[in-house]
Amino acid sequence: MIINLLLYILIGMSFLCFFRVVFGPSIADRMVAIDIFGILVVGICVILAIKTGRLFLIDIAIAWIIFGFIGTLTLAKYLTGKKLDE
Amino acid sequence: MSNTISLIFIIIGVIFDLFGCIGLIRLPDVYNRLQSATKSVTLGTCSILFGLFIKYGFTATGIKALIAIPLLFFVSTVAAHALVRGSYIFGTKLWDKTIIDDYKDVQK
Repeated sequence: MIINLLLYILIGMSFLCFFRVVFGPSIADRMVAIDIFGILVVGICVILAIKTGRLFLIDIAIAWIIFGFIGTLTLAKYLTGKKLDE
Repeated sequence: MSNTISLIFIIIGVIFDLFGCIGLIRLPDVYNRLQSATKSVTLGTCSILFGLFIKYGFTATGIKALIAIPLLFFVSTVAAHALVRGSYIFGTKLWDKTIIDDYKDVQK
């Protein structure tokens, strides 16, 4: 079944992102890897929804997009050295 | 017929994700990594969502997937721009073979 193969490829890519999280030289590398991991999880949720027929996984994907955006934006604001209400 | 077309879109999306993650591992610098990974992975995941929309049509699930495409597109781009600006101000070093740095003149 080809959809299983695509799912395994995406899960392997998530482990490559974890490699960059663990061994990244600077803080920004780790944040980039976490951002990319969040986008990959959206793809995994969509393929799982097609494979198993449980369509509530699309709602989880949309919520994951929004929370990943908030987390990345907060960390980027932290890197610039300003306060959050500035 | 629609199953085959949606499967083709999903395969294209997974191939773009694969190339983006290989770029995340292989490239030498945080700016190069972010430039490779964000563009490819965003386009690939948008393609996967479009495959889901083709499979389910104009039902509730398909319309949710169609709404998620522009949301992911704009949100990921804005997050990447904020991240690269933050890491430049924080002082992450460029690659030592970089030949041009225009943002240094803009900040003065």
